[in-house]
This record gives sequence, C-alpha cells and structure tokens, in this order.
Amino acid sequence: MENLVEIKDVDFAYDVRPVLKGINMNIPRGKVVSIMGLSGCGKTTLLRLIGGALKPAKGGVRVAGRLMHELDLDGLYDMRRKMGMLFQFGALFTDMSAYDNVAFQMREHTGLPESMIEDLVLMKLHAVGLRGARDLMPSELSGGMARRVALARAIALDPMLIMYDEPFGGLDPISLGAICGLIRSLNDALGATSIVVTHDVQETLAIVDYVYFMSQGAVVTHGTPDDIRKSGDAFVHQFVWGEMDGPLPFHYPGASYAGDLALEAARA
Amino acid sequence: MPERAVKNLRGIGHEAINGIWRLGYASRFFLLTLARSATSFRRFSLTIREIYFAGVLSLIIISVSGLFVGMVLGLQGYETLQKYGSSEAVGTLVALSLTRELGPVVAALLFASRAGSAITAEIGLMKATEQISAMEMMAVDPIARVIGPRFWGGVISMPLLAAIFSAVGVFGGYLITVVVIGVDEGAFWSQMQNAVDFRQDVVNGIIKSAVFGVAVTAIALFEGYDAPPTAEGVSGATTRTVVTSSLAILGLDFVLTAFMFTGV
Repeated sequence: MENLVEIKDVDFAYDVRPVLKGINMNIPRGKVVSIMGLSGCGKTTLLRLIGGALKPAKGGVRVAGRLMHELDLDGLYDMRRKMGMLFQFGALFTDMSAYDNVAFQMREHTGLPESMIEDLVLMKLHAVGLRGARDLMPSELSGGMARRVALARAIALDPMLIMYDEPFGGLDPISLGAICGLIRSLNDALGATSIVVTHDVQETLAIVDYVYFMSQGAVVTHGTPDDIRKSGDAFVHQFVWGEMDGPLPFHYPGASYAGDLALEAARA
Repeated sequence: MPERAVKNLRGIGHEAINGIWRLGYASRFFLLTLARSATSFRRFSLTIREIYFAGVLSLIIISVSGLFVGMVLGLQGYETLQKYGSSEAVGTLVALSLTRELGPVVAALLFASRAGSAITAEIGLMKATEQISAMEMMAVDPIARVIGPRFWGGVISMPLLAAIFSAVGVFGGYLITVVVIGVDEGAFWSQMQNAVDFRQDVVNGIIKSAVFGVAVTAIALFEGYDAPPTAEGVSGATTRTVVTSSLAILGLDFVLTAFMFTGV
C-alpha cells in the first residue's frame, strides 16, 4: 500500500537537548494511524516535523513524495494547503465567530464567491453537528464544541492529511466520544489520511488502523490495535493498563536520591 | 575571588550577546513586516479594522488628555506672560508647545500605553493559544495577515491622533484663556496664526508622530510575537512594550527635535 507520509531515520534536537532519535514510520494513504506515548516523548515535535514547521537534524520526512525540509516557503505553504491540523485546545481565532473560523482558509486560499463559501462552511459545520452554532464566538463554545469547530476548520479545504494533536485532552466523555467518532468517519468520508497524536489509549485503539508507541524520543513498538492489545511487551503493557512504574520510569533521570539528601556522605 | 569575577564577567557577556541577538531578531522581524506589507494594502479592510482598534478606540483618552493639557498650558502660559504684559501671546505658546512637542510626544506615550499594550497582549495571547501556529499550518503567513495590518494601522493612526490631540489642546487653551480668563479672542487667534508656521511646526510635528507611530507599533508587535507563551511571558512583554516604547519616544524626540528645530 502506498504511504502518504514516510519518516526515515529522523533525529531532532532543540538546541542541544535531543528529542527524537532514529524515528522510522510509514503512514499509509487512507488509514488512521495513532502515535502514542507519554507527555514530552516527542509526539508533537513529530507532527511539527511532518508539517514542515521544524527541520530534522538527520533523516527526512516525505509527505506525498515531497521532502518537507527541502521545500521553500511557497512549496511548504502549497503542501500545507493539503493538510489540516487540529490543535490540542482547538486554537480557534478568538476574534472570529465559528462560521468565520471555518471560512478563514476558504477566503484566504480560494477565490470562491461568498455564497459558495457559505454553503461549504455550513456543510463542514453540519458534519461536526454545529451548524446551529455558526454565529457563536469561541468564548461562547464549550471545550468539546470548540474542538469540533476546530475540526470543521481543519477539514475546510478537504485535506489529504489530517493531523490531530491530543484531540481528546480535557474533554467530557460525550464530547470525547463525538470527536472519536468524527475522526474515523471524516477520514473515511473525505478519503483522507489521519495521524492522531494522543495518550488516550482505549478511545484511540477503538478507531485507528495502526499504532506507533514512542518513548523518550524513539519508537519502541508498533502494530495494529489487536497486536497492541495482545502484546506481551512490558512497555505496551504498562501504557495500556496505566501502570505507574515499569519500563517508563516514574522518576525523571537524575542523581541518586540518597546522594541528593546527603545520606551517602553521612554513611561514609 | 577570581572565580566569582569570571562568573560575573561571563554573566555580563551572556546578557550582552542575548541583547545583541534580540536586537538582530527584532530588526529582522521589522524588515520582514515591511517586506510582507502588500497584504495590508491589497486587502485594506484588514488595516482599517486595526485603525479602528488602535486609533478610533484611543480617541477618548487622546481627546480628554489633549483638552486638559491645553487647559493647563493656557493657565501656566497666561500666569507667566501677564507678568510681561503679553498675555495675548498665550495662543502662540499653547499652539507651538502642542504642535512641536506635546502633541506628538504625549499622544505617542498615551498610544503606547493604550494601543501598544493591547497589541502586545493580543499577539502574545494569539501565540500562547497556538492561533499563530494554526495560521502557519493553514498556509497563511501570520506576518502578512496579522502583523502587517496592525503595523500599518498603528502607523496611520498615530499622526492622526497627535493632530487631534493638538487641535483639542488648542481648544482647551482657548477655553481657559479666552472664555474663562478673558484674553482678547482676536489677539489670541491672530498671534497664533502669525507665529505658527505650517511647514516648520505642523508638518514637523506630524513627521515626529509618524516616527513615534512606527517605533511604538513595531515594539508592541515584536514584544507580542517574541513573548514566551505563558501568562508571565505575556504580562512581562506588555510591560516591556510600555517601558521600551516610552523610552524610545523620548529618545527619538530629542534626536528629531535636534534636527528639525535647531539645525544641528
């Protein structure tokens, strides 16, 4: 199956702090793929690399065959018009209504008449169940509704790739279920490819086709949701069952506890 | 203690390098804003919206302040001039003080406090809530779409606000000296008309206020864009905007005055 996104041997560091090490991933066209891992393991950085907002120190990210870090600004923007991204808290423009948020990209990138934009915006808002909330401002929307409007905005130009950065964070169970269902149904209806960066295991395993697990900047395992559920891997087990300690240490690496409390010196 | 001295020296060096780096970054940001200004004029409605937020919404504070500054100038001027029997010259004093100095400078200081701080807070919060990143991911250049219109909105608003400040100030001076104190109205206006030169005084005042507009708006936008995406980051950036803009206005005012009015 053809891959829409190919990540090969990617290393990335913020200044001197390494964030990603030797990442290899393939995201097949038409599939919903999840990248899971603890907070701070480099998942969001990976999304930013796919979107071309960051350049890898080594390796490369190809989207639809084009190497993202080699594109100039025009090329990058050309690719981004074919991508949609749902940010963690929606990132709606707070000075615009729900309608104008969804219409934003259409007005910026298409020469469509306003009457046609209105039809398209209402279709997108209808798809996320918020046609009736078209005139509400972001401050008048609940967290779940804001996330859905942001989703309608992300699919405004029918993108080939939709990226979700922690789409379930801070949502109530009903909103979470709605977003979960929409991720799958919109992907299939639009014929798009989706990447879901999350640490909500059970909800995600129910809707995705494939999962990559990351820890401390590296891919530790990958497979289908069934593979993951049946996995005997200690890391996957700890993550899926939410155990406090295991291959992912509870304590951030540092000097020894006894040393910090000066107990070793006292013993000596 | 040589170790402490080395540490302090290193700290000073670090601060200096950071300062120079930030100055370079700010200059690059300013040039990028200018280079990507086409959108601000091609879609002028975006700029008009910012003129409304930066300029129209500053009208009340500018007008009220201008009125009081003019009234105080009138009172103080009359008090001094009457000792020399030339109280009719108070109109000249009020008009020259306002058009040359107080109009551009005080209006710019008020503009920095009201509009500059608002611009920084808005851009800083847009960054903190990922609205700027979202725009970049939607293939929309935030420098062209967000920064440019705000920059030109501020630059266009500032001279207009300074002119309104001066005009209202002259009216305030008139109210106090002519209406309240009873200075001769004809002398008040005719001496003012004779003494105030359009090119030398009014146009130079407008040039000053335009320069202040560029400085204040550029500082406000840069501080907002460069603010760390946290509550402390945005509040610190807002404070820096007001402090830096005020110092820049006063410093630039000295340089411009030296060139414009003393022929240095």
